[in-house]
Amino acid sequence: MSSLDQALWVLLLGSLLGLELIGKVPPTLHTPLMSGANAISGITVLASLTLIAEAQGNPALLVLGAVSLGFALFNVIGGFLVTDRMLAMFSRKSDSRKPSGGEA
Amino acid sequence: MSALDAFGYVIDLLAVLLLALGLKGLSKVRSARSANGLAALAMGLAVAGLLIQLQPDPTAWLWIAVGTAAGGLLGLLTAQRVPMTAMPETVALFNGCGGMASLLVAVAVALFGSGDSGLVERISIVISVFVGAITFSGSIVAMGKLQGWIGTPGWTQSSVRHAVNITLALASLVGGIFMAAAAAGSGDLPLWLLVVASTLLGIGVTLPIGGADMPVVISLLNSYSGVAAAAAGFVVGSQLLIVAGAMVGAAGLILTQVMCTAMNRSLLSVLFGGALGAAAGGHVGGGGDEAGYSRIVSCSAEECAMALENAERVVFVPGYGLAVAQAQHALRELSKLLEANGSEVSYAIHPVAGRMPGHMNVLLAEADVPYEQLLEMDTINPEFPRTDVVIVLGANDVVNPDAKTDPSSPLYGMPVLEVDQARQVFVVKRSLGAGYAGIANALFELPQTAMVFGDAKAVLQQLCTELRSQGVGSKVAAAA
Repeated sequence: MSSLDQALWVLLLGSLLGLELIGKVPPTLHTPLMSGANAISGITVLASLTLIAEAQGNPALLVLGAVSLGFALFNVIGGFLVTDRMLAMFSRKSDSRKPSGGEA
Repeated sequence: MSALDAFGYVIDLLAVLLLALGLKGLSKVRSARSANGLAALAMGLAVAGLLIQLQPDPTAWLWIAVGTAAGGLLGLLTAQRVPMTAMPETVALFNGCGGMASLLVAVAVALFGSGDSGLVERISIVISVFVGAITFSGSIVAMGKLQGWIGTPGWTQSSVRHAVNITLALASLVGGIFMAAAAAGSGDLPLWLLVVASTLLGIGVTLPIGGADMPVVISLLNSYSGVAAAAAGFVVGSQLLIVAGAMVGAAGLILTQVMCTAMNRSLLSVLFGGALGAAAGGHVGGGGDEAGYSRIVSCSAEECAMALENAERVVFVPGYGLAVAQAQHALRELSKLLEANGSEVSYAIHPVAGRMPGHMNVLLAEADVPYEQLLEMDTINPEFPRTDVVIVLGANDVVNPDAKTDPSSPLYGMPVLEVDQARQVFVVKRSLGAGYAGIANALFELPQTAMVFGDAKAVLQQLCTELRSQGVGSKVAAAA
């Protein structure tokens, strides 16, 4: 991090962005939104990867990094797939045109 | 700035943009599915970009492969196998693992971090450990409670828990302060104190919370997992983590607020007030016993079927019991029969029905219930007076008329579905035990209410059989 105040600005703006993006959510989407957001919070994978790559052969760091990578990826992959499963059920009938969903 | 750094910035910015668009799209029905894909794409992009920048050596690649294989495979299997009825537990589990990842990253940096760390870094580590540990243990307890593995122990409803939790919070604070003050590597005792105390604190604050408040807890924990990711971003110095974590944290807070409004409770009273009903004397039915009811009328599925056959307008009120009994497909079958019989069928969805926000919508969508038939509380409430038959399926507190009329009820003030306005109400329930919140329901004693005792799925199947035997089914067969 180049500087603390820069990081704090990023934090502040990110929070405001989150508040702004999720203004009004229809109740139908509460669960998928939550599990989708949950998957995004698994972005800790980046921290785990950094840890492993910069371990410089330290076995403890490698192991801890790999374990945390496992947990975070479980969160990410599971989260996106389960969200997709739920949303597939919604789009099955609420839309006559089938939106082509991306795959995680 | 080297070309590689510039490349990293571009990738990060692109990933943030896609994540923001994904989150935005997730709040609209039409775009939700592609938005989810977009967010997943952003995540993949961020990972690829980071790997190109970091250029891990072969040993590192090996460990990355191990972690990826384990986490990815388990995630894949879980996501495919888990039934829709178990969605709240699953989200709680994923959530807890996200928290665990942040916790591990911070612990690893604290224990084996290279060189001298500044005050800012140490404070980031403290926050990351604290929030990560609470998210992890809190989510796992929430999952256990949702699965029915863990109950709500008696001591957690007394003031003992406040003493316990305050002690744990203070212990975490002491550990945190010592960690932040001391230079890295000068003894790991404060770290372990922080880890243990905050893990126990996560258990201590989640354990007392009653099942009826679970939607609030799940969305709050979801918000925490975002905060944990942002804190981990401060630890490893990644702005992308900070942005993404902050977005999830803020979005989770909004959902939490929506849930609290729907229950007419403040977040503080959910967190510190203990399980609803535990403190209310006299009115409490008590888990499982039948105290407090005097005018209960029960009826058979046959009588219920006769009422349904003649009803022009039927409203189903699903609750957690529907999920437990996995009765959503049986319910859809019954409503198809009724529609073939000329009845107008709709579903009344209370915002906090079930154990997570939007739980019922997911279940009914799985059973192919048309989206338009799911009506929100404000839309359906004026319709109840002209409704012939209401069938309450495993819902309880969200239909309790005491919430409107009895100021002494712990539910007083919570917006409820006004099913007592309908001509006839059938409540499908396994026993007369109080709801998960432990509060007696005045609806059950009203003259227009009849109880149909049994498992929701079994009762619904009986109703279908009865209706078919009265000739309703033949028209369906022709229509199908």
